[in-house]
Amino acid sequence: MSAPLLATGAAFRLNGASVVALAPGALWWPARALLAIADLHLEKGSEFAARGRLLPPYDSDETLRLVATLVEELGPARVICLGDSFHDRKASDRLPRAISERIAGLASGRDWIWIAGNHDPAPPESWGGRVAAEFAEGPLRFRHEAALEARPAGEISGHYHPKAGISWRGRRVVGRCFVEDGRRLVLPAFGAYAGGLDARDAAIAGLFPDGYRVHILGRQKLHSFPASAL
Amino acid sequence: MTRSKPGPAPAPALPEPFAGWFAARGWRPHAHQLALVEADREGRSALLIAPTGGGKTLAGFLPSLVALAERPREGLHTLYISPLKALAVDIHRNLEIPVAEMGLAIDAETRTGDTKQSKRQRQRRRPPHILLTTPESLALLLSYADAPAIFRNLRRVVVDELHALTGIKRGDLLALGLARLQRLAPHCRRVGLSATVADEQALLDWISPTGRANDDEVRLVRGRSGAKAEIAILATGAYLPWSGHMALHAIEEVHAAIAGARTALVFVNTRAQAELVFNALWRINEANLPIALHHGSLAPEQRRKVEAAMARGALRAVVATSSLDLGVDWAAVDLVIQVGAPKGASRLIQRIGRSNHRLDEPSRALLVPANRFEVLECRAAVEAIRENELDGDPPRPGGLDVLAQHILGMACEAPFAAEALYAEVTSAAPYRALPRADFDAVLDYVATGGYALRSYERWHRIVPNEDGLYRAASPTVVRRYRMNVGTIVQEPMLRVRLGRGRVLGEVEEYFIQGLLPGDTFIFAGELLRFEGIRDMAAVVSRAKGSGEPKVPAYAGGRLPLTTQLARRVRSLLAEPGRWRSLPGPVREWLEMQRRRSSLPEGDGMLVECFPRNKKEFLVAYSFEGRNAHQTLGMLLTRRMERAGLRPLGFVASDYVIAVWSLRPVRDIDALFDEDMLGDDLEAWMDESSMLKRSFRNVAIIAGLIERHHPGETKTGKQVTFSSDLIYDVLRKHEPSHILLRATRADAASGLTDVGRLAQMLRRIKGRIRVRRLSRVSPLALPAMLDIGKTAVYGQAIDELMDEAATALIEEATAEEPAPELPL
Repeated sequence: MSAPLLATGAAFRLNGASVVALAPGALWWPARALLAIADLHLEKGSEFAARGRLLPPYDSDETLRLVATLVEELGPARVICLGDSFHDRKASDRLPRAISERIAGLASGRDWIWIAGNHDPAPPESWGGRVAAEFAEGPLRFRHEAALEARPAGEISGHYHPKAGISWRGRRVVGRCFVEDGRRLVLPAFGAYAGGLDARDAAIAGLFPDGYRVHILGRQKLHSFPASAL
Repeated sequence: MTRSKPGPAPAPALPEPFAGWFAARGWRPHAHQLALVEADREGRSALLIAPTGGGKTLAGFLPSLVALAERPREGLHTLYISPLKALAVDIHRNLEIPVAEMGLAIDAETRTGDTKQSKRQRQRRRPPHILLTTPESLALLLSYADAPAIFRNLRRVVVDELHALTGIKRGDLLALGLARLQRLAPHCRRVGLSATVADEQALLDWISPTGRANDDEVRLVRGRSGAKAEIAILATGAYLPWSGHMALHAIEEVHAAIAGARTALVFVNTRAQAELVFNALWRINEANLPIALHHGSLAPEQRRKVEAAMARGALRAVVATSSLDLGVDWAAVDLVIQVGAPKGASRLIQRIGRSNHRLDEPSRALLVPANRFEVLECRAAVEAIRENELDGDPPRPGGLDVLAQHILGMACEAPFAAEALYAEVTSAAPYRALPRADFDAVLDYVATGGYALRSYERWHRIVPNEDGLYRAASPTVVRRYRMNVGTIVQEPMLRVRLGRGRVLGEVEEYFIQGLLPGDTFIFAGELLRFEGIRDMAAVVSRAKGSGEPKVPAYAGGRLPLTTQLARRVRSLLAEPGRWRSLPGPVREWLEMQRRRSSLPEGDGMLVECFPRNKKEFLVAYSFEGRNAHQTLGMLLTRRMERAGLRPLGFVASDYVIAVWSLRPVRDIDALFDEDMLGDDLEAWMDESSMLKRSFRNVAIIAGLIERHHPGETKTGKQVTFSSDLIYDVLRKHEPSHILLRATRADAASGLTDVGRLAQMLRRIKGRIRVRRLSRVSPLALPAMLDIGKTAVYGQAIDELMDEAATALIEEATAEEPAPELPL
């Protein structure tokens, strides 16, 4: 089952490690059976509902369904959620029980790491997994937000929700994207309602002074472009 | 009552001081003006259909002035509603003249988004006799708790330019507002003022207080028609292009026509075209004629300046889009030039009516076709106008998104019972056939979001009280409603600012995103250099004329050819006897087509198939307008894909659809079978970007996502969600949600035009004529030239990005041969 998933992804080297950006927006490190996802923003819908904007209440369900598909197909030994897994501090209280049980089911039997983001609190212990501010393995270092002052080599982060677009034949198509330069990588947001920030914005582009590549999420596969093509 | 020539004044003459005022000016009241006074005296509503220049607006007010002069009273007597803010302001000025000259103690005021807060509050406490306003301002007024007090004694509502409001969502909102007014003031009479239209019955229904005009409550009054317009089609001396829509080949003749007129209005079809034509005119404007530019993206102050200069008679010409289709009369305009195809007869009449407002003198117009097919279209339009055949879409049911907005507004005013509101809503013509189940679904959406998963019980927007009446759940809900009232939804726009200074206007965000710093483009009549995006504005500088400028491309603005005009074009093609009136090159083109292939026939459809460059082309002459053709192109290529014909692409114009593939199509009849409108259509529609665009509009109007939110400022850094994400989730989890139903209904009549496509497939069944040719035919040539130039529609993100990536690789490897592999 994992063949189409890997075949439609984009493989590249990050600080020496061979990783694959997957079309649904997750990162796969085959050598360590490690899966990383960023910015799930669970219960964003209900947070808006509480302020009177009654968005369809299916975003957490949709997001977790995608995570579950990835876990089933790839069978990772370790899953790292790169922070902002919950949209706000009360999100875990609002999460329907069926969904929190599904998270616990996914987390059991593997090493599940919740990196702390700026939106979310620590998840309830019943969900399993462990909480960390950062996590390092081999040449790669996982954190929520790219650290400008730090050595970029091998840094994998989320936070910025990058997106990028291509103008072609009078139309513009835009999608969430991975942004990387072989040393540093910013993941796209994974949450169903997570919006995006243009990769050309200084906040993102500034992390890559020597230029970068984007891997844009299409419906079925990833599309890779150099920054100059955006 | 109708068409009476000015002669001895009819019996029900005007009372004093009105008769004297008319006489002192040397005027005699028009028959239709008297007819409206009479209808009002009988307590009946009325619909006045008259061309411009017939004293239509005065006719609308005269009954109010007479009534208020005879029986002075306090409080709001007449509400005047105009589709344009500026129009309300100008009409107000014109109304004050007779009021002052006759010494009437009548006060009239405007109320729009520009009216000062203090004045607006005073108007609610102590309304004037006559209030001039817009549909949006009326909706707002109706949401205040004091609406019953304001409108209790209202006697008349006058809706100006009614033809421009029906059939669109603004009209739906207004119809719902009028239904509420009727409940607050049961004796209120309505008057609609309209240009001539194809379907008078629809307007009668719309203006009727019951939504059904057969109730005999509405009197139809027709104004005298003016002199026939003199319409010429430019017989260009220069080369007549095969394709393209800009008509720059004829720019010198357009300039000469302007020079020969006192003041000309130059209408074009898109904002991009306005910029190009304006620039081209100035490039050859050695006489320095004052020519200005006017379109919806320019800064409002800039537009007001142009309008004022026009009113002063300081301009010789304005290049304009539909932004000037409506508006007050400018007496100086004596020529209307339409550059590019008119697309519909009614629209052309409206535009031509903007010149010369004296009834007895003909309006003058010049049509400038941009290519050969447009010559046929112009000819067809001239004939349609001569024979008085107008076009227009049949009435469509009112939008459910608009209903949602209205329901929330009503809850802001006072608690309501669902039963009573349903009865009220169905007295508005657009909603007269609304099933109760749909009303309840919309009500549920407004209250809870309307989701099968009932997880938002705590956050209802409207809640029933102990008597079962729905009320707004909190003051925040009310405030948010008032900040977001209205049905006009724009694409996301960015301001265009010159350095740190002046704002020139707004362009669509996606256009700016396609620019790199240093790129140049034409906007507001100037060549500009894009510097970057700062503080939510596109910062530009003035550029020197070098390099190829991009011109802002705007979504929308391109109307498809109407069904009626398309039929005329088909019949013109089919009857060579009528070609005499066409210019030589066009005649020769059609003659050549007759020899080399066939002419498209009246009601059937011609399909040509021919090979070219190892590809198989199929060109269908279906004449159903661009939107329907895009849908057809998507469906044809899907079907060809399944049949293994390897389709590669298609182009759609207003006239034809051209598809090309690696293998030829054998069974043309099967390809165009009606059953293509089944599963394929559903599958494609749900994925298409057009549905996403429609959903965005629906979601904003229905208040699912808001344009404005109290206490939130949008900054560049703030990450907002897009309606596309919501659409995807909703479609997956609740495909029959009321907002998705509203979205599909919108798309079916608008962007995808499925209804029109279905009619065509039925019409051509068994009547397709196939010509297999060895090479491209003369009639197919314009479509072939469009390939590669026009946007490819309907492609999914993956195909588009694949193409872009391939092109990028080709570009990167084209300059130098690929190095030898080191083997």
